Amino acid sequence: MKKSHIFLLIILAVAVAILVTTSREASTYVTFSEAYQMASQGNHRSIHVVGELKKNEKGEVVGIETGADKVSFTFIMVDDNGREQTVFYNQPIPQDFKRSEKVVVIGRYKGNIFHAEKILLKCPSKYQENTVNV
Amino acid sequence: MHYSIGNMGHFFTVTAFVAALLAAFSYIRSVHSPSDGLKQQWLLNGRFVFYIHVLAVAGAIISLFVIIYNHYFEYYYAYTYSDRRLPAHYLFSTFWNGQEGSFLLWIFWHTVLGLILIRTNRYWEAPVLAVVAVVQAFLTSMILGVVIPGIDLKIGSSPFILLRDALNDPIFKVQPDFIPEDGQGLNPLLQNYWMVIHPPVLFLGFAATLIPFSFCMGGLWMRKYRDWIRPALPWALFAGASLGLGILLGGYWAYETLNFGGYWNWDPVENAVYVPWLVLIAAIHTMIAYKNSHSALKASVVLTLAVFILILYSTFLTRSGVLGDASVHSFTDLGLSGQLLIYLLFFLIAAAILVAMHWKKFPADEKEISAYSREFWIFVGAAVLCLMGFQVLLPTSFPVINKIAAWAGINSNLATPADQVTFYSKQQIWFAVAIAVLSGIGQFFWWKKINRQQLLAELYFPALAALVLFILLISTAKIYQPAYLILSLAALFTIAANIKILSSVIRSSPSLSGGAIAHTGMGLMLIGILFSSGYSRVVSLNNTGMLISRELSEEFNRENLLLFVNEPREMYGYEIEYKGERVEPAHKRGYISKRDIEYTANPYEVIARRDIYFRGKKLYAKGEKFAINPENTFYEIEFRKNGVVKFVQYPRVQVNPRFGNMASPDITRKISLDLYTHVSAPMTEEAKQDWSQREELRIKRNATFFANDYVARIEELQRINQIGGEPLDSSFLAVKARITVDGEHETYTAEPVLIFGTQSRGGLLADEIPELGLRFTLMNIHPQTDEITIGIESRQKDWVVIKALEKPWINILWLGTGLLMTGFGIAIARRFREFSLMRRKGQE
Repeated sequence: MKKSHIFLLIILAVAVAILVTTSREASTYVTFSEAYQMASQGNHRSIHVVGELKKNEKGEVVGIETGADKVSFTFIMVDDNGREQTVFYNQPIPQDFKRSEKVVVIGRYKGNIFHAEKILLKCPSKYQENTVNV
Repeated sequence: MHYSIGNMGHFFTVTAFVAALLAAFSYIRSVHSPSDGLKQQWLLNGRFVFYIHVLAVAGAIISLFVIIYNHYFEYYYAYTYSDRRLPAHYLFSTFWNGQEGSFLLWIFWHTVLGLILIRTNRYWEAPVLAVVAVVQAFLTSMILGVVIPGIDLKIGSSPFILLRDALNDPIFKVQPDFIPEDGQGLNPLLQNYWMVIHPPVLFLGFAATLIPFSFCMGGLWMRKYRDWIRPALPWALFAGASLGLGILLGGYWAYETLNFGGYWNWDPVENAVYVPWLVLIAAIHTMIAYKNSHSALKASVVLTLAVFILILYSTFLTRSGVLGDASVHSFTDLGLSGQLLIYLLFFLIAAAILVAMHWKKFPADEKEISAYSREFWIFVGAAVLCLMGFQVLLPTSFPVINKIAAWAGINSNLATPADQVTFYSKQQIWFAVAIAVLSGIGQFFWWKKINRQQLLAELYFPALAALVLFILLISTAKIYQPAYLILSLAALFTIAANIKILSSVIRSSPSLSGGAIAHTGMGLMLIGILFSSGYSRVVSLNNTGMLISRELSEEFNRENLLLFVNEPREMYGYEIEYKGERVEPAHKRGYISKRDIEYTANPYEVIARRDIYFRGKKLYAKGEKFAINPENTFYEIEFRKNGVVKFVQYPRVQVNPRFGNMASPDITRKISLDLYTHVSAPMTEEAKQDWSQREELRIKRNATFFANDYVARIEELQRINQIGGEPLDSSFLAVKARITVDGEHETYTAEPVLIFGTQSRGGLLADEIPELGLRFTLMNIHPQTDEITIGIESRQKDWVVIKALEKPWINILWLGTGLLMTGFGIAIARRFREFSLMRRKGQE
């Protein structure tokens, strides 16, 4: 075997190793039910859940509770299948949280509460407005 | 309505597109012409049309700038990205804020580089400019904004469209000539000097990668398999420098403006430029080794072509909307994704075909590559760089993989790992170790043929120096993680090795010192990154032990601190105290308490309630009107040691109804560390309005009384003639009570106003002292008994939640960046000189 072949083989091996670790560590988009199932089966990987904040008939966001020291809070999120879930976030309420159209929480279940490690917000399209302020 | 400027802009764009096509055609004909005379004719033809293209691009840029500069809000672009209040230098940011403008910026750099190429390189002009012109045709098509009738196919999105064509607002049906008074303004986050510099530099880097690509394509095309490298190399180095600098400037902007706590977040948008840069660096290294190794030549071809393809891929990722949920700050979809995909695939396939056609004709290596040759080390280094890029590219491409899978009927819902920063960092660190070691050892092979004994002799000193420094480092800095230990050792080794080489080169031939300087810079950058990110530490730990609820009691380690105004807390060895909310005057430097200003009907204009001082300097006299930016609130936080004020921080929160709210940090810079503080939760308006039941107190005109346990006095009653800077109508009578309250540190004043109306209703203007959570209302005056009625309400004192981080040795990162850029500069000069020498000999 030529040295250059060994060299190529090593590169390939590293590339395959990267592929494997990446796919092993990749997270997935799931619903709360699937996430709950995963957690109850002992799978504690962080996953992504997409949903919206719970709103009342008037369209106001309900169910946000701030901690006494303002540095953590819980809220109620409704996933794409309509399942409601209490989510805990160990950080202050992100700015624009209530304005968000869509929320992505990344984290896992601990008991019956979903603990978010990270929250991504999709705010109403900031750039494409279809009206003029007169 | 200013129709003509937009029509001109549109005309220029179409001209630029057509001229680019014609230039490409002529240059291609020139390459393929059988006789020298014909070649020359087509070449002159191509050059002439390319000049027209350049003029047309300049015309389009000037047209767009005229529209922005003159605030022609009948145009969508000016309306959406600017307003009248925007300072002139930020009008440049407006220019490249939209996708169309940033395409124009990119196109502009291509024309500049094209002109330089025509001037410096007559030999390669035809093939290289042919490729440039084809790229220009694709890019200008992105801003054509032409709809092909019949099939309703839209090509490009024009920056010159009128507002009424862009929006379906009913007002345009009633009044087609309607022009809005003002635009919507530029996103305040982008109103930052770095955002004036960063995009042009980054796009210059984008544009510069086209030049080596064009030389490489030209080389294959003309069957000059190795000759393309010499003229391409200075350009590749230039691209490496400008793209690298562009990326770093973006990181620096994020560090100063955003609040994720650093300069790099592994966001897809960042990754999309990081990967091509890594591959570009790999390409530069193989290009340097091409003379002695045919394998390096082949690798140079593949890598050089890959860099530009990756740039196109990153454009596709960030501009097509495919990233969707994955990134917070990608461009919005303009409906150009199909066009972008065609652009990407065209060059990918063209490059692949060209390489495949010529691959067999490349000279092949006869003998095995030796482990003691520089080519070997360069190869290993280039391979590590490419794998390093691959590790980032793969997860970044998940949204694309999901799309392709869905297209093939497979359900794929891959998402990037939850903690992106850890995921990327913990793998990238090992690649960085390899790069550091290789760049230390590899440099010795650079200079001479070397065998095992010589190598060991050469390496002896740097290895020893690195070890000594390493021991010094770990005995002072507490490094425990194995990966961090190894990276710091490797980085110190490359610094020591490269300094050794530098010291021997700098005397004999300073022009060759570029590599050693750049590699020393890279080693320093690694150290700087390791400490500032790896040892970035949250210092605002909450140790009050207050719990949110029993259920969640395990969550204890909270990294934010709640500060009440005027209540000192311990943090980071300092006594810190939140002093209240501040505003910044538009035309003077300083911060002004919100209590010292009176708002007027115009939110951008306020009146000084008293003489205003900042750090002993008088800014405004009482009653003076001045301008502020009402979107910004600064939170003054004082840091004291033993009662002495060490420094004051003013982290900012920007409230913008259109773009959302945003907190930016304040950074205190010291030689060895940065202290980085940002607001993680400002007091909400609801909390500010959460007043208790009003308590009414009927007291003597000059009585002393208690308000929420503070001692308060009525100092005087005074008749006033104007409110909010506006004179009062004579049918009103207004009386102001001046109430002083002794707070913990100082005496505060509140001035509630009672207004009587003889013709219409009067009113009560309450005044609050947010520092004490008190609000006073002058309810009534009773002349018979010489008494007045005061209303007192209380609420929670003003508060703010902050997060503070320590970033050790971040200055080493900036120092390393400076050295890296210097190294690039020296190398560019050297390689350009080599090319010029050959050109003078008539070789190129």
